[in-house]
Amino acid sequence: MHEPLLTIRDLKKSFGRTEVLKSIDLDVGRGEVVAVIGPSGSGKTTLLRCINFLETYDGGSVRIDGAEVGYTEGRKRRGERALARMRAETGMVFQSFNLFPHLTAAQNVMLGLTKVRRKTKAEAREIAGHWLGRVGLGHKAEALPSELSGGQQQRVGIARAVAMEPKILLLDEITSALDPELVGEVLEVVRGLAAEGMTMLMVTHEIAFARDASSRIVFMADGTIAAEGPPVELIASAEANPRLFSFLARFRASHF
Amino acid sequence: MLDAMIYALPFLMEGLWITVLVSLLTVSISLVAGLVLGCALIYGPLPLRLFTRLFSDTIRGIPILVLIFFVYYGFPAIGVDFDSFWAAVTALTLFKTAQVIEYVRGAVESIPRGQSEAGMAIGLTFSERLTSVIFPQALRRFLPPWINGVTDAVKGSALVSLLGVTDLMHAINQVIGRTYEAMPLYVLGAFIYFVINFSLSTLSRRLERRLSHVQA
Ligand SMILES: Nc1ncnc2c1ncn2[C@@H]1O[C@H](COP(=O)(O)OP(=O)(O)O)[C@@H](O)[C@H]1O
Ligand SMILES: [Mg+2]
Repeated sequence: MHEPLLTIRDLKKSFGRTEVLKSIDLDVGRGEVVAVIGPSGSGKTTLLRCINFLETYDGGSVRIDGAEVGYTEGRKRRGERALARMRAETGMVFQSFNLFPHLTAAQNVMLGLTKVRRKTKAEAREIAGHWLGRVGLGHKAEALPSELSGGQQQRVGIARAVAMEPKILLLDEITSALDPELVGEVLEVVRGLAAEGMTMLMVTHEIAFARDASSRIVFMADGTIAAEGPPVELIASAEANPRLFSFLARFRASHF
Repeated sequence: MLDAMIYALPFLMEGLWITVLVSLLTVSISLVAGLVLGCALIYGPLPLRLFTRLFSDTIRGIPILVLIFFVYYGFPAIGVDFDSFWAAVTALTLFKTAQVIEYVRGAVESIPRGQSEAGMAIGLTFSERLTSVIFPQALRRFLPPWINGVTDAVKGSALVSLLGVTDLMHAINQVIGRTYEAMPLYVLGAFIYFVINFSLSTLSRRLERRLSHVQA
């Protein structure tokens, strides 16, 4: 057995006196696609943010490839440079895209390649072209984000993250800011990445997509992992889990 | 009237040079100091933030005229000896620096937090995020008020004449003292100030238009 790529043990996080994550344990293996579902406010975003240390955590450990993410072994916060290096190993796609508005689509993808991966401009441009092509936006390389639709912006967001060749890709409700007719094109890209073996941890409200595209679903409630398992089994077990049942019931009404 | 203007012109040109010099020094030193202190106010450790906040609020709370006399008479009292030229430049620079600090803060804080986080997520360090993500976007918000402030600096530099520095304003008054012909000289003076500032604001409008393709 290989060690899992991502190992989270007893992760704890509070905002002031609100406990947002209460002892989370989670493993994600290489090439695995894990979906995180759960009601709003259950701590899904905070969990993802802890994994690439956009958020500090109060206890427990988050390891990628065996290395603690934000802290040294003595639990001191890592220096700026070491943190940046570790963050480059995890890709993140945001709900609100967060593209750099002053840069073209290609430049958005190139920035990390030149500054962090130390590629030349020409190499970076070629890699950006490749990934923009992969997300179906080869013809929009010179467009500014303001000239793109939401679905196109989010696909640039994905290209920007995967071009860095991260070990794991974190996706936070990447379709929930999109008009319904634009959701499909973005999910299609994610499906393609999954098929190629990209390791992904994705928070999503698209239950049908989670069921079809992931190998495991994690259900979060009140800062804990309340249920977890392969999609079909988890959904079948909902009868025995009132919180999961009522959460899924709302989606059954609209999505199934 | 034209005669009076032509007679005065050589004197005024010397004064104009001092006005330009005072403005240039004030604007450039305050730009550097304001950028550094502005960043200190946003990103610095708490004591530095408090110091910068106190500095900016104090300076901006004092009428500039009072500040000029305060530096001119007050600094020698604590052992810093200035001639009137440098006292004037120092006072105007302090005043301008406090303004630049606030422009920087306003511009940087207008950039959504997600921008910095997106930079973190691709592995940019703090300084890389500033130079590649934050500053280029903040520039568009910084420039219009700052360039407005440059024209203020040119106009405000006329106050140095109160310390006897022979700038454009002082040169005008000196010529009037000799010829007793006030109107033509004030008209000419106003015209020169106007030409400088009109050129500056035309330039700034052009700059703004060039930067306007960057959506905030
Ligand atoms: N920066 C913050 N400061 C204070 N409370 C926060 C902050 N971020 C999130 N929270 C709180 O933490 C809880 C979990 O939030 P979040 O992780 O965003 O949940 P989810 O993504 O599952 O909707 C919520 O109650 C939210 O209000
Ligand atoms: Mg969320």
